[in-house]
Amino acid sequence: MPLVRIPTPLRPHAGGNDSAQAEGSTVGEVLNALTSAYPDLRSRLFDGEDLRRFVNVYVNNEDIRFLEDLDTPVAAADEVSIIPAVAGG
Amino acid sequence: MSHRPHFVNGLKCRLCGKMHGQQALNFCPDDFGPLEVDYDYEAMKGHVTRDSLLAGPASMWRYAPLLPLSGPATVGKHVGYTPLVRAERLGKALGLKNLYVKNDAVNHPTLSFKDRVVAVALSKAVELGFKTVGCASTGNLAGSVAANASAAGLEAYILIPDNLEQGKVLGATVYGAKVVACTGNYDQVNRLCSQIAFQFGWGFVNVNLRPFYAEGSKTMGFEIAEQLGWRAPDAVVVPMAGGSLIGKIHKAFKELETLGLLEEPVQTRMFGAQATGCNPIANAVKTSANKIKPVRNPDTIAKSLAIGDPADGYFASQLIRNTGGWSEDVNDDEIVEGMRLLAETEGIWAETAGGVTVAVTRKMVEQGHLKPDDRVVMAITGNGLKTQEALIDRIARPQVIRPTLEDFKTLLESTANAASPAAGEILAGAGV
Repeated sequence: MPLVRIPTPLRPHAGGNDSAQAEGSTVGEVLNALTSAYPDLRSRLFDGEDLRRFVNVYVNNEDIRFLEDLDTPVAAADEVSIIPAVAGG
Repeated sequence: MSHRPHFVNGLKCRLCGKMHGQQALNFCPDDFGPLEVDYDYEAMKGHVTRDSLLAGPASMWRYAPLLPLSGPATVGKHVGYTPLVRAERLGKALGLKNLYVKNDAVNHPTLSFKDRVVAVALSKAVELGFKTVGCASTGNLAGSVAANASAAGLEAYILIPDNLEQGKVLGATVYGAKVVACTGNYDQVNRLCSQIAFQFGWGFVNVNLRPFYAEGSKTMGFEIAEQLGWRAPDAVVVPMAGGSLIGKIHKAFKELETLGLLEEPVQTRMFGAQATGCNPIANAVKTSANKIKPVRNPDTIAKSLAIGDPADGYFASQLIRNTGGWSEDVNDDEIVEGMRLLAETEGIWAETAGGVTVAVTRKMVEQGHLKPDDRVVMAITGNGLKTQEALIDRIARPQVIRPTLEDFKTLLESTANAASPAAGEILAGAGV
């Protein structure tokens, strides 16, 4: 099952965990499974069906915007990271 | 200074408006929106006046009441108050009668505008009790965090891409900071820093301290307005990497206007300059896109601007459109030509980002976005000494002669017959 890394400030909404395993064969499915387990995360990550503007998601080390966004395939051994976009510069 | 009142309400989410207390946090946990320092401008009125500001030190800290510190600055006490140069010769070359250069290439202590943001971020880091600080950097920030942290006795971790100019790398390591070069580009370094900052509980200036950090850029705008006789210019041309500076310069003008300190209403058009090899914000402006399309592999000699996924790109593109400005990008040859033109007309050697700014200014004139009579300020943000690689093979080397009068006379005769140099041709073409 893919592992999802959760940014520190959101851990209170994920049972205090820094990561969680979530079932799915695409990023969208994995995040749906994650937010089903932790419903408080849903509105924080998503605006309707779309990821929020300042939420970046990576599969292993690649930004999903350079892949297939939420349709990006995810294998069981992959790591999905949720990273706040508002940094740097 | 030490008894000045504090006017900060807290950190406000730019998306949902929710207020958060002053803390090391850069995004709203409710929607990931950027947090921005929120001030009580009504309370400032009467306390913050032209006279009170002018009575302050000849540094960025004369604007301390408009910055988010709870006490006096402890880091970077001599930063800012750089010259606003009336650039007549460059103006003639570009076709602008009222051109100014805000010259942060001579900012103290590390020769870039980054000293402004670092001074605020590290002073805040001290207030919040951090002992270890850090940053992700394309170069200028690396040097500034390293230098200012060393002077403040803070431990510093500096993360950079592994392809930076030697001057930028040396300009960070010399201060004793722990400099870590990562394989890959800036955006990958930046992502790693987002994880490090929260994981280790360190104060990363452009991650968890970013709301405070970004406010430091306002001082460039405050100084421009003051130096123009308490007026906002008609246009500002600003280089864009993460896209924060352009917004903060405009915010500075609006804050002075809100406080009733300007002669005229702010009608400044904001112009953003990028390199063609990394132009996500310029591209969004030119295509009226609502989302920034990140650039996967930035490729430009303007490495300090090589941020493919700019955090403030969306806000920068909105601001540019809303103020009636525009954005363009220029290639490496145009960047070098811009650097040379600024050097040869004004005696200012800016880094590659300065070449971007000059070259884009020229394009804005050619495209009719800037009019000859506009009062235009170019933001020059870094020093050419740090990006020598960009020029070293493109500038003529000195001619070698024996130390005799005869050789010198021969040399003069041969150069008189030779073609004039590049910038000379540019000037001649512009009727100088």
